[in-house]
This record gives sequence, C-alpha cells and structure tokens, in this order.
Amino acid sequence: MVRSPGHVDAPLGVDELLAGNKAARSRQARNRKRVRAARTRRGFVRTLIQLAGELLITAGVVVLLFVVWELWWTNIDAGNTQQNAVSQFARNFQGPVTPAAPQPAGTPPKNYGPPVVMPAINSPGEVFGVAYIPRFGKDYSRPLVDGVARAQLDTLGLGRYESSTMPGGVGNFAVAGHRQTHGAVLDAIDTLVPGDKIYVQTKDGYYTYVFRNDQIVLPTQGDVLLPVPTQKNAKPTQRFMTLTSCNPRFGTQERIIAYAVMESWQPASAGPPAAIAAQVAANKSKG
Amino acid sequence: MYGWIFRHLPGPLWFRILTAALFIAAAVLVLMQFVFPWFSQFNPINDSTIGGN
Repeated sequence: MVRSPGHVDAPLGVDELLAGNKAARSRQARNRKRVRAARTRRGFVRTLIQLAGELLITAGVVVLLFVVWELWWTNIDAGNTQQNAVSQFARNFQGPVTPAAPQPAGTPPKNYGPPVVMPAINSPGEVFGVAYIPRFGKDYSRPLVDGVARAQLDTLGLGRYESSTMPGGVGNFAVAGHRQTHGAVLDAIDTLVPGDKIYVQTKDGYYTYVFRNDQIVLPTQGDVLLPVPTQKNAKPTQRFMTLTSCNPRFGTQERIIAYAVMESWQPASAGPPAAIAAQVAANKSKG
Repeated sequence: MYGWIFRHLPGPLWFRILTAALFIAAAVLVLMQFVFPWFSQFNPINDSTIGGN
C-alpha cells in the first residue's frame, strides 16, 4: 500500500478506496447487466423446459382421468340410464306383476301355445324389453334396446343385433353387451352354468331361455349370429338366444358367446315367472 | 405455466386458491362430459360386438 503524499493525516488509502469503489461500482454494474442478460437467456430456456414439463404432467393426469372415467364413471352413468329405462318400461307395461298361482303338484306347467313375437322394430335406440338373469344377481334387470351401435351399447347396455329375430322368434335372438365399462352388463357372462335361466320380458309377455353353452371365438366370427348359430344355410326350428361380449375382460382379442334355447313362454296377462316376480314388481314400483 | 397463472389470479390467497380449484373442477367436468365420450369412439378396447358390426 502506498501513502498518498498530499494528505499525510488522511486515513490510509481513502482516495484509493474511493477510486477503487468507483471502479468497482461500474464493474459491478457491468457485471449485473451481463448476469441479467444471461439470466434472461437462461430464463427463456428454463421457462420452455418448465412449460413442457407441466404440459407432460398435465397429459399424464388427463390420461389417468380418462381411465377413471372409462372404468368407473361410465358404469355409474350407464347404470343410471339403464335403471331409468327399465323403470320407464315397467311403468308402461300392461299386466299383473304377481305370478299366477302355482300349478298343483304333478300337473305339467300350463302351456300358453306358441309365443307371441313382436314385429321387428328396427329403430335403433328403442327399448323393447327387459332381461332378467338371476345368475348375474337377483336384482339384475337390464333394458333390451334395438341396435348394437356404440350409441346404444354405451348407454342402454344390451343391444339387439338388427339382423336377428325378436324374443321368442324361431331362429336367433342375438344380443351384445359390454363386458367392462358402460354398465358392464355382461361382466359375469362366464359364470353362467348350463341350465341357468335368462328371462326376457317384452310388452307381450315373458320368454324363458335356458343357457346351454358358451364359446370363445375370434371377433370376426359373425356366424354365431346366424338363425342356427354357426350353421350356415340351416333352417331353424328352435328359438335360440345368443349373447355376445368381449373376451377376455378388459380386452377385445376374442368374443365370448353364450347360447341359450327358449324353454317356455307366458303372456303378460299370466304374470311373471315366479323366479323374477319380485324384481318385476320392484321395477314397477320404482317407475 | 401454472405458477404464472396462479400469480396472475386476482384477490387474496384464499380467493386465488378457490378460483384455481374452480378452474380445475371445470376442466375435469369438460373432460368427463364432452372430451372423453367423444374420444371413446376411437377406443377399440370395449368393442363387444361380433362380425364387423
């Protein structure tokens, strides 16, 4: 350190310090400017990265939300729609909801003659009946709707292939339904046991089908819908019912097909079969 | 992005939190009611029909 000659008494190095301060200050200012410029440059890249990151996280959350919607919400939504459709059908249904008095033991069940088959409606979206499948739960009742487009299957559940017959008709009454999502109307299709009853109610009466067997096929095998399932050009003499759904669960590599054959029929005026009477009455009262 | 939006929301903190929650709820509602049902038609994993229907 050098003593400045003119200011002997002055504290050591004030001038130098002052001069140094000035230089330091301008150096500092320059530095600040440079740093700020760098920060802005870095800030831009940083903002870009941050934006991309936030967008990616958002996309991930949206995808998860879609899964929640698909696997959870569609079931609640479609379940409500289907319950309303069943209630409305029950409200319009003409006929007693209590079963006829049981036949005395030993007599054959009453024969109501050949079933009434309603004419094909061919208007997609129209609810023409209700299906009861006690194996799927004793309160299982779902609307039967015309058509198998997404608009029908995604809301009302069980759609009739319009190429097939109406319930009770000779030939094949074929119905599609979701295994998962949108009400999952046929989720339990693989639990059907030969002999299980499938009851179909239309405005004309009740058709009792008996489950016979199931089959797992490729999605392209449309011949399960033929009047005699899988038998090309065969002339039908029986009244079949065919249910189709996805297989495996949560997948569409295959289709699971359930075949049933009609066992009996009773008109609406005869009341519901005893096995579903409680549910028919419950639907009516909810309507 | 979200930080920037949050900083630019008006009002005191509790009000901004409320507004942000409302925005999120609105976004979820729009997605569930309109976007997902529309998107669902491109989703092949719940096709339960057979034979090219």
